Order: sequence, then structure tokens, then C-alpha cells
Amino acid sequence: MTPLLEVRNLSKNFGPVQALNDLTMHVAAGEVVALAGDNGAGKTTLIKAISGVYRPSSGSIRLGGEEVSFSSPQEARERGIETIYQDLALADNLSIGANIFLGREPMTKRFGFLPVLDRKKMAQAAKETMALLDFHVNRMEAPVSNFSGGQRQAVAIGRAVYWNARILIMDEPTAALGVPEQRKVISLIHQLKAQGRGVVFISHNLQDIFAVSDRIVVLRRGVMAGERRIADTTHDEVVKLMIGG
Amino acid sequence: MTTEAPGQAGGHISPPADHAEKSRTVVQRIADLRAWLFLAALIIGFEVWSRVSFGGSFIVNPYNITSIAIFAVAPLLLATGQTFVIISGGIDLSMGFIMGLAAVVAAHVINWATPTMGMPMAVLFGGSVAILVAMIPGCVNGLLVSRLNVPPFIGTLGMFGVARGVAFLLANGTTVPVQNSFFSALGNGRILGIPWIIIVTAIFVLVMHYLLSQTRFGQHNYAIGANAQAARRAGIDIRSHLLRLYILSGICAGLAGVLYAARFSAGAAQAGEPLLLDSVAAVVIGGASLFGGSGTILGTVAGAFVIAVIQYGLVFINVEPFWQFISVGVVIIISVLIDQAQRRISGGRQSE
Repeated sequence: MTPLLEVRNLSKNFGPVQALNDLTMHVAAGEVVALAGDNGAGKTTLIKAISGVYRPSSGSIRLGGEEVSFSSPQEARERGIETIYQDLALADNLSIGANIFLGREPMTKRFGFLPVLDRKKMAQAAKETMALLDFHVNRMEAPVSNFSGGQRQAVAIGRAVYWNARILIMDEPTAALGVPEQRKVISLIHQLKAQGRGVVFISHNLQDIFAVSDRIVVLRRGVMAGERRIADTTHDEVVKLMIGG
Repeated sequence: MTTEAPGQAGGHISPPADHAEKSRTVVQRIADLRAWLFLAALIIGFEVWSRVSFGGSFIVNPYNITSIAIFAVAPLLLATGQTFVIISGGIDLSMGFIMGLAAVVAAHVINWATPTMGMPMAVLFGGSVAILVAMIPGCVNGLLVSRLNVPPFIGTLGMFGVARGVAFLLANGTTVPVQNSFFSALGNGRILGIPWIIIVTAIFVLVMHYLLSQTRFGQHNYAIGANAQAARRAGIDIRSHLLRLYILSGICAGLAGVLYAARFSAGAAQAGEPLLLDSVAAVVIGGASLFGGSGTILGTVAGAFVIAVIQYGLVFINVEPFWQFISVGVVIIISVLIDQAQRRISGGRQSE
């Protein structure tokens, strides 16, 4: 079976600095792959290359077997790669629906000629999408600042789900959250997996990684230090891979 | 927090259900409507005073209503543009002198065109040219803020000086009278008892309300004010948005300038000088936050009327005019205090 996402011999250098060196990995549908590694190991460079922020210096990225090259995050998004940032890319003063549709707002006509924002559609889509994530909201018009950190993370994920992301990239999705909220995000990731999407997530938290991922890819100084199935590895082994030795 | 199943890996935990607190929404409603409440309180206050001391009505008096509305026209037009800019997280300090510049340009062009074009066409032509000219400083503001990352406060402060200088140079340091009776008829004429300039302003403000509340442009404006990075990541072209935004602000000031010239049959460079801070005050009283991300045109309308009612009402009840400054100042402070109290009560995260 062709994997959803395949990264082949990817390298990226910034001037003389080799941030990523000849990295090969893949993500299958319904699979959660964790990226681990110490600071500066190249995790962020890798996801930025996949999400279209950086152009790789060499190597290729394949989506469903087809080679792709993104010149902007927008292009990656159009191909179904959605990135969820650590610092929550939400506009706090807007409703869930408005956030889901931010930048792609649906319009309708009032009185048959006046184009207006289709708030009904936005609210309806938001409600359905959030229900898909088992997150039930009554106040569809309330700004997202009224919701908790985990709920807001769910909104960010909901946006990706609504736009039919096949691959979700999450950079430290649990970092800014309290423990109960972290568990909710982990459970959201389980749902994405059950829906057959591919998930790549960066985390420093081994507990999270072991709770949710199928495989773990450990990077060290821009190279692959090891790749393990979660079922076949232990915390100790992963830590050893991360720090070397 | 809701009760949770033990956090077994793989066991699904549903996010907490949504608890809408009724009291919270009531407080928010009141805070959203505070400008209208202020306005109602002021009108009742002046009404009582007027009945007690003169035995006449303050508000049930078409003359007073029209005068207040005419009073509010220029500050309101500046304030509508300012509302957009403040919601985006910026401020436009140059609006006052852009208005003056537009008034002077309108006066000159109408005078120049009247002999060749005839009166009505000259007015149309002069008004259009003035608004087009007002778009130039707006465009420069927009380029400074969007391309060169100049903070709006500084960029528009620079433009404040430039527009002021150009306006006074064009006016030769004096007031430019307009020789066009059609223009002054428009500026002071009425239809069905309602002055033309009020009708023009009302239509313009309605269009702006539509633009802010019902279009993508307005929606993106709110998003940029709350979280510019999120807006950029969502694919919104912030640069072109900001450019259009400051041009829009220039258009508002330009229209205010043209209506000023029509009303007084003259263009004056200093026409908008005292109005700039009134426009910011109207926006703030109307419920916008200077940090960006909140505010409405309807709130700004109420804010502009609060100021106009205070100014006109105090004259009406024969109080020394200096009390205007004090009362407007107090209203601004109370308005901001209500805003902060509401934020504290509603527990909304403030954007960092």
C-alpha cells in the first residue's frame, strides 16, 4: 500500500548549517507518527519542509505516491496537509465557525443581490465538525476566547478536519495545556487516526508519545537516529536514541 | 471541568460540555450597549434639566435634533474610518488634516471648474477629486504600515504633519471660499426637512457598517486585529488588507472634508484638527478596544452622538463650554473602565 506521505532522502541546509540530512520516513493512513529529538535535532525543520514553509535543499516529498513540491504553506494546505501550531493560530475574538472559515469565508446573497457572510453556514459547519470531534457547543456565536485551552486546540484541529486534511502536522499540541486538557488532545488524535488521517506530531513528552503514536521517529542533529514501533520499544530506548549513546 | 473517565490511553475522553453562563452574557450585552446607554442617560439628563429650567423639551425638538446630527457629521465620518483602523490594531492620526486637505482641494477645484463645467458638474468633479486626493495620504499610510512595518502611530503621525503642511500651502494659509451656490445649497439644503449632509452621512455610514459586519474585508479586519499571525497563516493577505484599510480611512476623511466645504462654502486646512481626537474618543466610547480586535460601526455611531449631545447639550443649557472637555473626558474613562470590568467578569483571555 502506498503511504499517505513519504519523505525521501530529504536534506535542508541554511548556509553552512545542515539542519536535516538525508532523512527518509513515511506516514500511512490512520497512522500516528511521533517526531522526537532534542532541541535543534531538526524536527521543526522537517515539519516546515513538509508543510511548505521551507523548500528542501534536496530529496523529495510524495503524497500518495505522487511527488509534490510546495512553494507556500497555502499550497500544502490545498493538497491536504494542515499544520496546527503550538501557539494556536486562532483569532480569539471570532466564533468557532469564523475561525474554521478564516480566509475562506462562505458568502451568500441577501435580498437577492447583496453579498454577505454566510454566518448560518459557518455556524452549522462548525457545529457538525466539532461534533465529529465529540465536542458539543451551544454558543456557536461566542468568541473562542471564551473557551478553554483544550477546547481551542480542538477548534484548531476542527479547522483542519473541516477542510479535509489528510495529514495533520502538530507541533507540540499539548505543550501549553494542563493535564486534563492534554488528555483531551490525545483523545482527539485518536479520533483523527480512527478517521483514517495521518498524523505527524512533535512532542517532548514521552508519555504522550507512547499514549498515542504507532511509530516514533527519533532525530539527532539532523539525521535519523532511529525509528521504532511503539509496541516494540521503551522510554529508556527512546531517550538513548535522543541523546545518543 | 466535567467528570472524566480514567485517562487510559485509547479510551476516549470527550471535551467538557459547553457551559454558557447566563450572567456572563448579560454583562457582555450591557457592556456592548454601553454607548447607547450613555446616550440615553445623557438625553434624559438634558431633557429633565431643560424641562425644569426652561419648561421646554430638549429632545422633542426638531431643531435640536437636526443641530446635534449636523454637529456629529464630521466626527462621525472620521470615526467610521477610525473604527476600521482601530479594530485592525492600528490608529490613524492623519485623518484630521486629510479632512482639511480634502476641504481645501474641493474648494479650489470647484472654483476652478465652475466657469467651464457649470455648477452641478463642478461640484461632482471637485468632490471626486478631493476624495481621490484624500486617498493619496491614505495610500502612503497603508504602504508605510504594511510594507515598511512602520508602527501606525508613527507612520500616520508623520502623515499628520505632511497633510497639514500641504493643506495650508494649498490654502495659502487662509480659508478658501467657494463661489458655487449649488454647492452651498447642497451643504445647507434639506429634503423633506432633513439636511442633505445628514442623508449622505447616514448612507455612507450604513455602507461602512455593511462592509465591517457582513463582508470578508470586515471579517479579516477583526481577525488581523486579534491575531495577525493567525490571519496570515489562514491565508489572508495582510499587506494588501492594510493598504486598502488606510485608503478607506483616507476616503472617510476626504468625504468629511467635502461635506465640511459644502456646509461652510469654504475649504479650511484646519477643518478637521479638533475632530481627530473626538473621532478616537467616539470609537472608544462605542466599545472598541485600542488593542484591536473589537468594535462596531453602530457602537461608534452611538459614541459620536454621545460626544455631540454633550457638546450641544451643554451649550443648550448654558453651561460654560469648557465643561464639554471635562464631560467627554469623564465619559471616555468610564467607558474604558466598563470595558475592563466586563473583560474581568467574562474571564476572556486577553490577547498577549
